[in-house]
Amino acid sequence: MSTEAPEPDEVTGPWWDATRRRVLLVQSCGACGHAQHPPRALCVGCGSGRDLGWTEASGAAEVDACTVVERAMPGFDPPYVVARVRLAEGVLLLSNVGAADPYRVGVGVPLRLDWRPLPDGRALPVFIPSEE
Amino acid sequence: MTGAGMTGAGMTGTARAGVAIAGAAESDLGVTGRSILGLQAQAISRALEDAGLTLADVDGLATTGVSRFSATQVADYLGLRPAWTDSTFAGGSAFEMYVARAAQAIEAGQCSTVVISYASNQRSARSRSLAGVVEAHTPEAQFETPYGPLYPISYYAMAAQRYLHRYSGSREALAEVAVAAREWALLNPAAFRHGAGPLTAADVLAAPMVSTPLTTADCCLVTDGGGAVVLTSLERARDLPKPPVRVLGYGERTTNTSMTAVDDLTVTGAVESGRAAFAMAGLTPADVDVAEVYDSFTITVVLTLEALGFCGRGEALDWIAGGRIRPGGDFPLDTSGGGLSYCHPGQYGVLLLVEAVRQLRGECGARQVPGAEIALAHGTGGILSTHATVLLGVDR
Repeated sequence: MSTEAPEPDEVTGPWWDATRRRVLLVQSCGACGHAQHPPRALCVGCGSGRDLGWTEASGAAEVDACTVVERAMPGFDPPYVVARVRLAEGVLLLSNVGAADPYRVGVGVPLRLDWRPLPDGRALPVFIPSEE
Repeated sequence: MTGAGMTGAGMTGTARAGVAIAGAAESDLGVTGRSILGLQAQAISRALEDAGLTLADVDGLATTGVSRFSATQVADYLGLRPAWTDSTFAGGSAFEMYVARAAQAIEAGQCSTVVISYASNQRSARSRSLAGVVEAHTPEAQFETPYGPLYPISYYAMAAQRYLHRYSGSREALAEVAVAAREWALLNPAAFRHGAGPLTAADVLAAPMVSTPLTTADCCLVTDGGGAVVLTSLERARDLPKPPVRVLGYGERTTNTSMTAVDDLTVTGAVESGRAAFAMAGLTPADVDVAEVYDSFTITVVLTLEALGFCGRGEALDWIAGGRIRPGGDFPLDTSGGGLSYCHPGQYGVLLLVEAVRQLRGECGARQVPGAEIALAHGTGGILSTHATVLLGVDR
């Protein structure tokens, strides 16, 4: 898989920093309670940017939709699973699901959080089927 | 010529009756070895000739996919100083959006004659990448690209997977979209797959897998090609050589750039774009004689047909089965052969308009839908990101 480290910005910095501690953050709005991903400079629920904070995700999740990528792309090693993962906190993340058999990953499969280290100490949140 | 003629006689609903497509043409298609601007010039010249107009008549220009300054670039290349331009970037749906904006500009009197154009040499230039184009400063570069989705294929693949799961659909049933497109292409001498022979559902399933459940045969072609249409007031179009094709209604919705913004992958912005277009035209889906629906992937068509209201949610696979969308069926769909078997130059939406115009003029030869009076063109851009519907009709 690609090890190129994405460049954070002033809004996403805390999210990426938390990955150094292997903590998955979800941005949440203190004004209206909305949770969102990716992190933004304002809340898309109420439009306010004044009371945005972070909550720690439990790591529990399930597959919303997924695909097994079979065609090679530079830096990636097919076949691998790309999935829309729904966290227990409600938000969707794009991620990979590392499964012994990628073709058995389907809608609703329960997942647990895992981490793929990046060269600079940060890490990408990825997922594994709970039963594996 | 102010172009502001609001001649509403005979129209239903609240439709704007004032604007028509007076000319339409393709550039060379397939593998051309030509430059983008060379193909643009070809498409525009042919469309103007079709309209009985010249470059000197053009005071509005809408195009994309050329450079950062697309309309400006093409205007310069043609030696024009337009009073109105648009280069809204909305992938393959941009051209259906341009029809709306052009109609508004003509009705408002800002310009009188608009060319909408596009061309790409992506096959000759080998400029298409499986990874797509992700700009480093976007959230997608931080939160999606690291996971290696093919762009845009993996998003449509996830939509297909979710759809087939929810409605217990099969890949074979989904393949009918590609099978029917091929049947139409066999009737269109300009189609890239015109001479390729029929396609079966088994062929689609056996084609190389790209991103499950979509094989190469579920995916549109990668070809060169382009097209252009010419819009002017209906009043003026009636004095030009070809029968005017009236702009009856339009609507659009922009929904997402990220792969996680839309909560339900099976419901697209075509719900709202279609509703707006039908309301403006005073028409319903049952009034449509021929539909040109963006077929970037087989699943795109299934989701779009449901969203536009041609059938109910979860019903499209059953609805298209049995030849309904093939030549001779009661719902002629993507009659050129579509992006799947005719031509897909990256942003295909302009060619949906060209085919709709030709069907309404009765120019389509072996693939002509007899007596077609109302046509729908629906563009979809990006990763089900942008949705634009245009309803066109003959001048009765």
